[in-house]
Amino acid sequence: MSDAANPASPAASNNGARSIHTVDARTKKRNASEKRFKYYGIAAIATGVFFLVVLLGSILWNGVSAFQQTYLEVPVYLDPERLDRENPSSATTFTYNPLIAEAVWERAQELGFGDEFEDEGGMSPLISASAAAIIRDRVIANPDLIGETIDVRILAGSRVDGYLKGRVDRDSASRDRNIDVAHLELVDAMQENGSIRKVFNWDFITGTDASESRAEQAGIGVAMLGSFFMMLVVLGLSLPIGVATSIYLEEFAPKNKFTDLIEVNISNLAAVPSIVFGILGLAVFIQFMHLPQSAPLVGGLVLTLMTLPTIIISTRASLQSVPPSIRAAALGVGASKMQSVFHHVLPLALPGILTGTIIGLAQALGETAPLLLIGMVGYIATNYPDGIASGFLDPNSAMPAQIYEWAKRADPAYYERAWGGIIILLVFLFAMNAIAILLRRRFERRW
Amino acid sequence: MPTSWLVLIVLALAAVGYVLGRQRALSGAGGDNRKLHSLPSYYGSNVAMKVAVPALIALAAWLILQPLAVETTIRADLAEEAERSERPISLVMSDVRRVANGLDTAIERGVITRERAANMRTEFTDVRERLAEAGVALGSAVNSNVLEAAQRYRGFSAIGDIARTSFVLLLAVGGFLYALRESTPDFRARNTVETGVRYLLITAACIAILTTIGIILSLVFNTIEFFRVYPATEFFFSTTWSPSFGGGSELGILPLLWGTFYISLIALLVAVPIGLFAAVYLSEYASKKVRGVAKPAIEILAGIPTIVYGLFALLTVGPLLLSVFGDGGLGWMRAGTAVMTAGLVMGIMLIPFVSSLSDDIINAVPQSMRDGSYGLGATKSETIKQVILPAALPGIVGAILLAASRAIGETMIVVLGAGAAARISGNPFEAMTTVTAKIVSQLTGDADFQSPEALVAFALGMTLFVITLGLNVFALYIVRKYREQYE
Repeated sequence: MSDAANPASPAASNNGARSIHTVDARTKKRNASEKRFKYYGIAAIATGVFFLVVLLGSILWNGVSAFQQTYLEVPVYLDPERLDRENPSSATTFTYNPLIAEAVWERAQELGFGDEFEDEGGMSPLISASAAAIIRDRVIANPDLIGETIDVRILAGSRVDGYLKGRVDRDSASRDRNIDVAHLELVDAMQENGSIRKVFNWDFITGTDASESRAEQAGIGVAMLGSFFMMLVVLGLSLPIGVATSIYLEEFAPKNKFTDLIEVNISNLAAVPSIVFGILGLAVFIQFMHLPQSAPLVGGLVLTLMTLPTIIISTRASLQSVPPSIRAAALGVGASKMQSVFHHVLPLALPGILTGTIIGLAQALGETAPLLLIGMVGYIATNYPDGIASGFLDPNSAMPAQIYEWAKRADPAYYERAWGGIIILLVFLFAMNAIAILLRRRFERRW
Repeated sequence: MPTSWLVLIVLALAAVGYVLGRQRALSGAGGDNRKLHSLPSYYGSNVAMKVAVPALIALAAWLILQPLAVETTIRADLAEEAERSERPISLVMSDVRRVANGLDTAIERGVITRERAANMRTEFTDVRERLAEAGVALGSAVNSNVLEAAQRYRGFSAIGDIARTSFVLLLAVGGFLYALRESTPDFRARNTVETGVRYLLITAACIAILTTIGIILSLVFNTIEFFRVYPATEFFFSTTWSPSFGGGSELGILPLLWGTFYISLIALLVAVPIGLFAAVYLSEYASKKVRGVAKPAIEILAGIPTIVYGLFALLTVGPLLLSVFGDGGLGWMRAGTAVMTAGLVMGIMLIPFVSSLSDDIINAVPQSMRDGSYGLGATKSETIKQVILPAALPGIVGAILLAASRAIGETMIVVLGAGAAARISGNPFEAMTTVTAKIVSQLTGDADFQSPEALVAFALGMTLFVITLGLNVFALYIVRKYREQYE
């Protein structure tokens, strides 16, 4: 770029005395393009981060409301004429429904809504279909309550819940067959009066799934247990198998065709789409071996096969990071090859192995596609497993499968549940990843 | 005897064996462990290993093989019944299984006695009614052939169970006695145990091969079955996809492949420029501080489960696009689920995948090449464009191919975000569907597994497997070849 020394240069001939401090057009262009290129990079990063923020934002924005639920608080008179004190389980929920509706209607009359609603029949949109069963269970547990007036907190209907959360408004209610604008007026009055309240929704976290029409009752608790049992299977199988495979490949395997075959298989399995593992599970575990459908055991087996490559790859990396001097020292003081590996190399590699395992488990916890094929979707998880064996073998759902199930249902009240379920799932994933990072920070050794 | 008990007994025997083997070796050496060939614990482990390993392997193999053996025997007798009722033999077989399980449940609940279950005749008893009392619901009345087969099924299973228990126990006790006898001070216990452990390690390593074999067999057999009931040329070359469970479906893969490639293309158009520029910026421009924040932030996107992206597509991106391109806006879009929705969200999912792979590859370009370029007076961006990217090109192409194979195999985003209509169209705002989405929809219904409508899912899976495997092998080949260049 030494234009001054070159009299033939066009720049020099055009304006004879040019300072190197004035930037010529070509340099300007080059600098501008340099800047532009850098801004493209910044823009790409910004876009990536923007997408992340939008994604997390929309999860929180849509999902937080699932952790609150609307309840009605009314005194219910347990009429001894309609309920049998001697045999409390003889009364079905059909007997309880009018009792609750009457109690709510009474409250409506107190609030001056007697004209709009002529009898208790108009109250049903306000009350969840599950309310009767809750009170019935309470009465069966304690028959002495019959004849008394008890203060109960019962689930409000899903439209009322939607109204308090802004999902339903007067405009949409006027088009809705399930609720009228008058009901919303009553809800406003009851909310002012304190008999309708939003409270923290423990039942969402611990509860069972509900049928399509009872969105207000659905919870993710049983699916969470299903995921838990699945993760036990994955941990119990993939950790020993993965570690054994890695030890063999890193420490013992001779260099031959067979070892190559194993290596090729592992790297290919890591890239097989997860849905193909679902097909494998369906064909081998369910059609061929006749294991029960929708069981966490089968889900766990499929996810084990899927996470094995992840665990093997990370275990091998941490075995490789143990310096050869450790092995040499162990062999030097008379340990056998097996002893040097199991007594010295493996304990030193353990933190890395655990980190990799936790990350593999986190991946398995969020995986949905293979579970669709072995029937964990479509099963409505309404029962808690009764024990350990039933936890593994009885049909259940899993967290991601439950979220998918809710996302497919027509009632928009379920969308809120699906987002809420995602928050719970992500909390688990972040916790697992945080533990993995902490483990790595705490125990990582630089040799 | 239930299997769990059997396992517990074998394990208990192994624990006892450990203690006794250790003691026997020590007492043989007069309590002085310097006279032993190996450490005492190896003698114990030797016994425990010889008790547990053969017995448990035999148990597992038996558990898998017995139902198969019983079924093949029963199935042979059912051909006549299948012909008479004009139903496929697999359906009759599942009836038999259901009745047999029903009888088991009925006995367990005390509705009928064991002898009664074995001698029941359809002429005298309404089996369906009796089983209904026990809470077992059967679809249709049970005829005598099915009942007899079910009784024989139960008989064989019972014999098998007894044989299994005795065989496994025999094996465990045999191993126990044999290993205990060899626990003398001269016995090379450590070498034996280490050889055993070594074989266990090899067995574990073989599970990867078994999984691949399992995948290939389950795909191949069912695909062959499918091509037996549906012509292969129709499947590969027909442009209509309209399954109907009543029969007469047209199952052409072309519209599904088109949808798959269209969505993947859009995803790559989003992910590749963003991911690549992000990688270039992070590896060449960013200060250590920025890199420390931005890289993990982008990688969070990779840790988010695909169901979350699916829901994001269905409930956030879809309605958003609809409000811009739908009837209220430009009028190109009719519903929230479309190729664009799924492609865009899948692109977001792939950004960290492209960026971290390219980052590795760019970092692998030797510093000397950068220094040479700077020395000639090139600016940073000129160095990147003219030196680094051409040098890293094969690796980046490999990374893009890996991302493409991810996009083709992705399921949840397209199941929730792309719609269900199979069509070939150029409009990215129309709903289309993919191979993976149809695998899910064909296998999650109540269809009979032997119908072409369900079997087609395996042929789709096979196609998917072959495509993604081919892409991966090719991509890894490119990446490996490139890496060798600078090593």
